[in-house]
Amino acid sequence: MRTVDPRERFSRRFLLKGMAAAVPAAAIATSTELSVSEAWAEGGALASSTMKTLVKVARDIYPHDFLGDLYYVNAVKPWNDKAAVDPAVKTMLEDGVRRLDADAQQRHGVQYANVGWEAQRVKLLHDIEKTDFFKRIRSDLVVSLYNQHELWKRFGYEGASAEKGGYINRGFADIDWLPKA
Amino acid sequence: MTRFESNDDSVVVIVGSGAGGGTLGNELAQKGVKVVMLEAGPRNEIQDFVNDEWESFTQLAWTDMRVASGSWRVAQDFPNLPAWIVKSVGGSTVHWAGASLRFEEHEFKIASVYGAVKGANLLDWPITKADLDPWYDRAEAKLGVTRTNNIPGLPGNNNFKVMEAGARKLGYKEVSTGRMAINSEPRDGRGMCQQIGFCFQGCKSGAKWSTLYTEIPQGEATGNLEVRPNSHVARIEHDRTGKVTAVVYFDETGAMQRQKARIVCVAGNSLESPRLLLNSASIMFPDGLANSSGQVGRNYMRHMTGSVYAAFEKPVHMYRGTTMAGIIRDEARHDPSRGFHGGYEMETISIGLPFMAAFLDPGAWGRSFTSALETYPRMAGMWLIGEDMPQDTNRVTLDPDAKDKHGLPVANVHYDDHPNDIAMRNHAYRQGAAIYEAVGATVTYPTTPYPSTHNMGTNRMSAKARDGVVNRFGQTHDIKNLFVSDGSQFTSGAACNPTLTIVALAIRQADHIAGAMQRRDI
Repeated sequence: MRTVDPRERFSRRFLLKGMAAAVPAAAIATSTELSVSEAWAEGGALASSTMKTLVKVARDIYPHDFLGDLYYVNAVKPWNDKAAVDPAVKTMLEDGVRRLDADAQQRHGVQYANVGWEAQRVKLLHDIEKTDFFKRIRSDLVVSLYNQHELWKRFGYEGASAEKGGYINRGFADIDWLPKA
Repeated sequence: MTRFESNDDSVVVIVGSGAGGGTLGNELAQKGVKVVMLEAGPRNEIQDFVNDEWESFTQLAWTDMRVASGSWRVAQDFPNLPAWIVKSVGGSTVHWAGASLRFEEHEFKIASVYGAVKGANLLDWPITKADLDPWYDRAEAKLGVTRTNNIPGLPGNNNFKVMEAGARKLGYKEVSTGRMAINSEPRDGRGMCQQIGFCFQGCKSGAKWSTLYTEIPQGEATGNLEVRPNSHVARIEHDRTGKVTAVVYFDETGAMQRQKARIVCVAGNSLESPRLLLNSASIMFPDGLANSSGQVGRNYMRHMTGSVYAAFEKPVHMYRGTTMAGIIRDEARHDPSRGFHGGYEMETISIGLPFMAAFLDPGAWGRSFTSALETYPRMAGMWLIGEDMPQDTNRVTLDPDAKDKHGLPVANVHYDDHPNDIAMRNHAYRQGAAIYEAVGATVTYPTTPYPSTHNMGTNRMSAKARDGVVNRFGQTHDIKNLFVSDGSQFTSGAACNPTLTIVALAIRQADHIAGAMQRRDI
């Protein structure tokens, strides 16, 4: 049966979306495996440390080890823009991160992003699960992360099919491993 | 295009353009009756549809404010999205999956067959299956339902083949690619199914029946039907004798308009139809129109639903091809020995990765959730759809606080699962999991109900005026020239998808209305 090649060729636009203009475009346009400079976190309404913590939180909420940070960066970046136009959002995010960092300091002596094991960070997240901060981050993330077309093939999902003529000639019934009915 | 004058009081005004309203409008237009159809949503055509779940949701779904309450989990997961239905010309026939099944005989008389069920409000329909069968015949011919009228069944996709193989291992017999209003061969000017998937996002090939590109243009071609999109109806007006006279609506600019009418037919689905009747309260009808029984909004049904997804060692790619690609009907029978009244169907379902993330276990996070999502290409899925018990307290009311952008009170949709619904769902979860385990599932995921797609009841049909809102023809007991033309007429929900029955009732109602107009009864 026809399976889906999980390797994805990224558009330049997609790469640039996740990175600050400070990164020379030429440097990333040629890279195939992604290493995300931390420059993306600079600028905007939120401190870069806040943005970096949000990315860590995002990965801890929906951990997929085959996804690079770029997807999580793209998923949380819109918060920086929302914080710029809405002071209440900015406060909500900053307070949320401050609380997480304080909890992490108290329990592990370091800030959230530096807590070593995912399981330890997840415990910290469970403690704030009922807060508006966590609920808003998670409910936004479930769309902003998984709705990135660029990651669909990594999950074996092919996306739109009508313009390809549907699946009538592309494996809608090509399963070959079932026991005979 | 025909345009009728707003003071033309000879027209029939239909509120809604879906399975009920769209069908009724065309049927009346074909008989020479002048019809103005008011649709709250815009007119998106086939070329506008997108194979992208969230983008399509934004384009088609009713996302105006609603409030959910009650013990059902939807109220917790989606407090402002109790239902996933369409606000666009064609209504929910744009996003329905196409399953077209007749009610069984006993499902028209559940009070007689099931007896007294504690906490439920059972009632027999004032019509029988024999009454409706000739209209089902016409509905099946109209929709081009596969496995009727010598139309071949659709081919099964990967998702169906997995379910079918498991079902056979369990000894189920009634397993097929079902009766679908999706062309398996070219018919009625529309092509055959291209196995695109994305049935819920509007069929890009037009192989699936929708009033959008069948009934509505056919009706318009007669010169007797005018469709006004972006027209949100606020209230229905009446005269001193209690007859309805006009419909007041907001047009796309937000300006208020008034269309006079000889007859008004409400077909805004089981949430908006009762809302409109309640929002039309007046000095003469302080509890809302057609509500002398107090039954408007009550007995809301949404089917016992749930899904079972299962992961296998090898790929399935369930999203390829028709969304509802096949059905198991063995559990649809009424057999109280299973511990519940009524029955349920198992139908394949597939959703794309974005919706799977949102609906597999709403609110869940962490590794157990993400490891489930990572099985996506190896997943098969089925939807469970069974008869839920009508309950007096499951009801649509006007929310005391929330208003829409026009300042109109919105629908509060209250639903508590009946113990019968829960027993049936648990049985269905077990059977669904067993089917997949029989062919090697490594893990199964019993998935909670999505926002309601099958909305029924709330203006139910009854023999006696005190038990319901409309009579055997969908005519309100209280007001002779006011009709209900959608699934809100349903007295029971049965174990099958509601659209074919809505269409059959609409064809029958058109016949009744045209006859009554000709005889000058109305």
